[in-house]
Amino acid sequence: MKIIYIIFVALLCVGFNMHAQNDDTKKTVQEFELELEGEYRYFYDDALFEEQEDHFPSLAIRPEYNISWNKGYESINFKGFFRLDVDDERTHWDIRELYYQKAKNNWELSLGIKKIYWGVTESNHLVDIINQTDAVETFDGEEKLGQPMAQFTWITQKFGTFDFFYLPYHRKRTFAGDKGRLRFPVVIDKDDLEYESGAEEWRQDLAFRWKHYFNAFDIGLSYFHGNGREPLFTFDTTGNINAFYPVIHQAGLDLQITHNAFLWKLESIYRHAEAQEFVALTAGLEYTFSNIDGNGLDIGLLGEYLYDERDELALNALQNDIFFGSRIAFNDTQDTSILIGGISDLESSSTIFSLEASRRFGSTWTAEIEARIFNDIDQNEFILSNFREDSFLRISISKYF
Amino acid sequence: MKQLFFAIIAIAGIASLSAQSAEEKGLQIAKAAEQADLGFGSSKVKLKMTLKNKNGQTSERYLETRTLELTEDGDKSLIVFNSPKDVKGTSTLTFTHKVGSDDQWLFLPSIKRVKRISSNNKSGPFVGSEFAYEDLSSQEVEKYAYKFLEEKGNLLVVEQDPVDPKSGYTRRVVTYNKDKGYRIEKVEFYDRKNSLLKTLTYTDYKLYKGKYWRALTFNMVNHQSNKETLLKFEEYNFDIELSDEDFTQVALQRAGQ
Repeated sequence: MKIIYIIFVALLCVGFNMHAQNDDTKKTVQEFELELEGEYRYFYDDALFEEQEDHFPSLAIRPEYNISWNKGYESINFKGFFRLDVDDERTHWDIRELYYQKAKNNWELSLGIKKIYWGVTESNHLVDIINQTDAVETFDGEEKLGQPMAQFTWITQKFGTFDFFYLPYHRKRTFAGDKGRLRFPVVIDKDDLEYESGAEEWRQDLAFRWKHYFNAFDIGLSYFHGNGREPLFTFDTTGNINAFYPVIHQAGLDLQITHNAFLWKLESIYRHAEAQEFVALTAGLEYTFSNIDGNGLDIGLLGEYLYDERDELALNALQNDIFFGSRIAFNDTQDTSILIGGISDLESSSTIFSLEASRRFGSTWTAEIEARIFNDIDQNEFILSNFREDSFLRISISKYF
Repeated sequence: MKQLFFAIIAIAGIASLSAQSAEEKGLQIAKAAEQADLGFGSSKVKLKMTLKNKNGQTSERYLETRTLELTEDGDKSLIVFNSPKDVKGTSTLTFTHKVGSDDQWLFLPSIKRVKRISSNNKSGPFVGSEFAYEDLSSQEVEKYAYKFLEEKGNLLVVEQDPVDPKSGYTRRVVTYNKDKGYRIEKVEFYDRKNSLLKTLTYTDYKLYKGKYWRALTFNMVNHQSNKETLLKFEEYNFDIELSDEDFTQVALQRAGQ
């Protein structure tokens, strides 16, 4: 049924597009785009748990539709997503975005399902909390589920930008199914996770962010109160796992100083709930050697330190780690780029190496290669040890219409 | 008042060219060109960028740029990519400064991230083209030292030496047309070894509002790599009445959504 709904929306958009206009001063402008992606993930080590597969061919479709009028100051934006995968839990669809927006002078209002990104660091995204992570979609957690919201932005030239969010509905995180890799011994059904709040997913949540820049400084301060996006795992005396979404208060800081070819970055959060209270931070720098060969080759060096007071209960296992990496951009007509790096635990042998490369072919095709290698993962790592046989290679090819 | 003052200086300067050093004359021509373009307020234009490699193979990009004129500091600009489709919505916001490095932000639509980026990389190519970032940024008088070279009929040739050591050029040789509001007809770029690197020619000029000359074709030829980049502009819109609010990080995200 859900698939039929998505196809229906897509066809509707194609229909609209037939009447597309191009004069944006008086009339409406409509755009429709479609991305089809074929993906193959291969986990080359024998699975740690029964039923887990090694080969994951997969297909994804991403339709996009925008209509804007009033010189672009009013618009409706839609972004859909559907994936078909070997892992039943990774077969999923989502409305990434579907919102109405109006901007006038120094304010902007968005109503509907939207995605918001906060933060400056590369290896971890602590401050970013508005959207739930689409945890089955990517390993790096950068894919997010659409979040219903009312967002009001007030822009001042002297005092920066103030963002107010009303978030009426919480979305649960999805975990890999029986056949899926990157999971725990027990398959977690997202519906089994409950809420601390009696209002459950309908708890009415609020968030606020102030963002400003002065010369080389870009600073953001944020506050969130509501259902946490990360489930909290607790253990009773008999060793049973109890997992639920707590009601949290979270204060966040993000800061970047841009000085010549250096970017200095800091993100930090303080989170408080009935059952948990902690501080976490990510701090580091990015330095780019640009146009090295006179032909556009840029090589960036990245280094970040990650700290999380939750220690081994940190869901992403980044409690006291160092991230190092390099971003290589060829600045050629095909936009070829490579990101290589690793995250290494300072207290154990555990290291995760990663490689991401992408390139365009012709004007409407792109290809991506990704590798994540779990190297010498410490058996005592509470979360990461479950993934120690889950090193994988991924290749994907996309066609844009 | 300040503008009037500069206008008088510029006119007075040109009237007494013979009594000046080549440096003074070069500076005055640059100021006259700036003066001639003052007051456009804001503009918006769509363009097609065609990249041609040495074998003649081409690839295309579609962009839209919005510009806000500022007189006390450099202009603000917003560039949005409409194609190739995999980078559609990728946008940049630049605050040019007359003195010091520019402020620049990049919006990545796939993850909705706004990232402040270093403007250090002036000499690097803009999206794989033969245009460097510095070729496309707002041309402020303060960014160069000047030397008048020669006058050929209505054409004035001025050498411009970049003030910023991070520039990819030792000098640019710029040809102004004094009868057409000091519009630029041609720029020759000399690399750090002082050999001719690129030539940019401006054609299909059109006069807007009786005052503002805009070339609808830019052709950049790289003599060392034999690659070319052609920019073809659609009609400029000078009636859009953009303000500072249209050049914020919020507006950057809106433009790329």
